[in-house]
Amino acid sequence: MQQEIIPHLFRQEYSKIVSVLCRRFGFEQMEIAEDIAGDTFLAAAQSWAMNGAPPNPVAWLYHVAKNKARNHLQHNSVFNNKVAIELKNELTQNADTEIDLSPQNISDSQLQMMFAICHPAIPPEAQVGLALRILCGFGIDEIAEAFLTNKATINKRLYRAKEKLREENIRIEFPSLAEINNRLDNVLTTIYLLFSEGYYSVSQDKTLRTGLCFEAMRLCQMLTENPATDQPQVNALLSLMYFHASRFEARFDKNGELVLYDDQDTRLWNWELVSRGGYYLERSHKGDTLSKYHLEAAIAFWNTQKDDTKEKWESILQLYNRLLQIEYSPVAALNRTYALAKANSREEAIAEAEKLKLENDHFYFVLLGELYTGLDDKVAIEHFEKALSLAKTQTDKQAIQKKLDKLGRK
Amino acid sequence: MEEYALIMRHEDGMKVASPEQMQIWMKQTMDWIGGIAAQNKFVSGTGLPFADACVVHANKMVTNGPFGEIKETIGGLIIVKAESVEEAAEFAKGCPVLQGEGNTVEVRKVAKRDGTH
Repeated sequence: MQQEIIPHLFRQEYSKIVSVLCRRFGFEQMEIAEDIAGDTFLAAAQSWAMNGAPPNPVAWLYHVAKNKARNHLQHNSVFNNKVAIELKNELTQNADTEIDLSPQNISDSQLQMMFAICHPAIPPEAQVGLALRILCGFGIDEIAEAFLTNKATINKRLYRAKEKLREENIRIEFPSLAEINNRLDNVLTTIYLLFSEGYYSVSQDKTLRTGLCFEAMRLCQMLTENPATDQPQVNALLSLMYFHASRFEARFDKNGELVLYDDQDTRLWNWELVSRGGYYLERSHKGDTLSKYHLEAAIAFWNTQKDDTKEKWESILQLYNRLLQIEYSPVAALNRTYALAKANSREEAIAEAEKLKLENDHFYFVLLGELYTGLDDKVAIEHFEKALSLAKTQTDKQAIQKKLDKLGRK
Repeated sequence: MEEYALIMRHEDGMKVASPEQMQIWMKQTMDWIGGIAAQNKFVSGTGLPFADACVVHANKMVTNGPFGEIKETIGGLIIVKAESVEEAAEFAKGCPVLQGEGNTVEVRKVAKRDGTH
């Protein structure tokens, strides 16, 4: 029993302890912060196995982490005072070895850590890895599984990212008010990437996939709880993630195979999450900011309405029209063309699709296959076959094969 | 890749359209622009409503409306990316403004900011 709470606490508390210690020590001593946090959990595992978990496990963890940090700082100050005195290191001036693990300082440290990790100097992939490790407390093997790669690759990537944090002399602090909106864009991009990594992951580990998504949502939620970062676009992104997350249970069947939107059992959609999405969408309308997240959240809202109404598809089409003007992406271009078929006509959509020229993208041929299905099944089959030859993952291939099977049976 | 301005010219800006007709044009214009944006060829755009418009003359005289002695006026413009003026003209052909008799879309290359043309 006592042992079982440790993984849960680890996920919850490891990142808090690391963030607070890193903020105190600076990125120069990031590994030491991670070691102290890791050692704290090791001590818990050993002590709780023998004596049982204490009445307040979190307080116990903080107490041990504080002691370990104090020992480190004292040891360090001995070194600095006696051995390297001529280096007149700044650390010696900071005689206070007490670590502040109050809720306020934890929350501040985590937010500041978020801004530090999402610094423009750090490559996006490394940002996601660092966020998973430092802010979400994911293990190296879990990160490797999420990225479908091996532990060595992830370790190397994290190592380089940490070097970069030091080289660029990135500080763990809040950006100035003037800079916060610029930097916030980067933070939101990373959070959305983290979410998508989980949402579109082909990993068979469902707990891991949903875990990634909920961590992204937790980080975004933290931003909405701080007045400086509680901006319209932050609320829009959170809303968007809630709407998507409402379909978690319906997106995969019992065998772990992807269930496409049209085939999903709406009874498995989570209306509690949909209504939270609605709440944050409402909150995102303060002020006159219209970010791409606002448009995507509005599209995601319409996707929680399964009925094929004229209003739904006309709204989705206009939202994509605007989204593409703000930021082009192939997936938005394809979805826009699908909405065009539903709102206007298939013939118009086919003509528009042919202008997209996304011939290396299997989704492009899936779209053309869909548009031709029923109009000209022979052409539809050709497109689906082309899509099948371009698809890379097993999940995508299965989904395309299903469409081909349906057409073949007619 | 060059940038081209597609300038929508109305032959007679005084013609009053019904709100329903306006709504249809608005949707068609949004779909037209969305189609260009879906090809990653959209740069920017702006509509130019006929309300709150005036004309300032050489003698500093200010007259009402977007219309001078001639009734022709500009309804809006968008800037697109295109390899050639021909490609830009292909985009222009889809513009809903052209449904109106006598209306035109003028295609003009945008001068580069570095001073070259």
